Amino acid sequence: MVTPYEAAAAVVDPELRVVTIAELGILRDVSVVDGRVRVTITPTYSGCPAIDAIRDDIRSALARAGYEGADVVTSLSPAWSTDMITESGREALARNGIAPPGSHECPQCSSGHTLQISRYGSTPCQALFKCLGCHEPFPLVKTL
Amino acid sequence: MKPLELADDALIAAQRLSEWVSRAPTLEEDVALANIALDQLGAARLWLQGLGDEDQLAYLRSDFEFRNCLLVELPLGGYRGELDFGWTVAWLLFLSAAQSLRYKDLAGSDAVAAKAVKESAYHLDHATQWTIRLGDGTEESRRRIQAAIDEYWPYTHELTEGVRERWLSIVEPVLARATLTQPGEDGWKPSGGREGRHTEHLSYLLAEMQSLHRAHPGAPW
Repeated sequence: MVTPYEAAAAVVDPELRVVTIAELGILRDVSVVDGRVRVTITPTYSGCPAIDAIRDDIRSALARAGYEGADVVTSLSPAWSTDMITESGREALARNGIAPPGSHECPQCSSGHTLQISRYGSTPCQALFKCLGCHEPFPLVKTL
Repeated sequence: MKPLELADDALIAAQRLSEWVSRAPTLEEDVALANIALDQLGAARLWLQGLGDEDQLAYLRSDFEFRNCLLVELPLGGYRGELDFGWTVAWLLFLSAAQSLRYKDLAGSDAVAAKAVKESAYHLDHATQWTIRLGDGTEESRRRIQAAIDEYWPYTHELTEGVRERWLSIVEPVLARATLTQPGEDGWKPSGGREGRHTEHLSYLLAEMQSLHRAHPGAPW
């Protein structure tokens, strides 16, 4: 039997689909209150539009694991920072072509010779870079 | 500052900035301005949720019930003119410098401010880089951003109430590096936003922002 924590922790981020919400560091707590599962998450950016999708995904993952009617609550403090991304999360990002925060290395060819193209990217948490070695563009998770 | 004032500054700023979506000078800047608008909207929503029903507060209040400062409601271009990128950069520089100070001061006691403080620092950095590039850029870019600075300057008194000295210590070096002229003071300090006395620009902005919800209450995407 999958525990409520395992079920919630396995939910993948709807925008960065290569990491789980546990790896991303936005899963704060999973507890059982009066027989109901209660999951606490925190948003990456305050306006992150993925938070509603994440909430729904957690509820359905728990329902599939046999925990119907879970509550998902949001907690702001302490504020999320990219330091909360786990080591396996950083590896999964890099393996899938997204440079983890703090690294300016090309995730394709590992060249350190890269250039920022745009300070903002396809999601609030990313910026856009390009590699001057292999000429491939790549997203990077901005340090926050 | 009260949570409603912080919320309304961010909400109205988000609505103004979103006018740029699909119209910015480059794709990268389109994405940047949309993301900054999204950050502003996110902070506004979190504060409004703490104050009551966010839809009611955003969509069903009248202009005189809003508590934002006047600067955020002003058009991002000459008076009722076209959107102007130079004006937008000056506006964002002034606003994000003030917001980053307010959020920093409140971060210990207000979870939303603690969340928004790093986002705001990134907006300020973005606006700073553009101010320097436009001010110290071409004749035209310089003319446009200087016009915006002159026009918006009197409104910054209301924006920076209580933090003006610290705000100047952020903005002055940026203007100097951009070789732009800091306007002199002539005693005109328009205010009234915090008491609900707004310019006509807010009414037009709210008409656009609220019309859908008022026509179709509770309509979801």
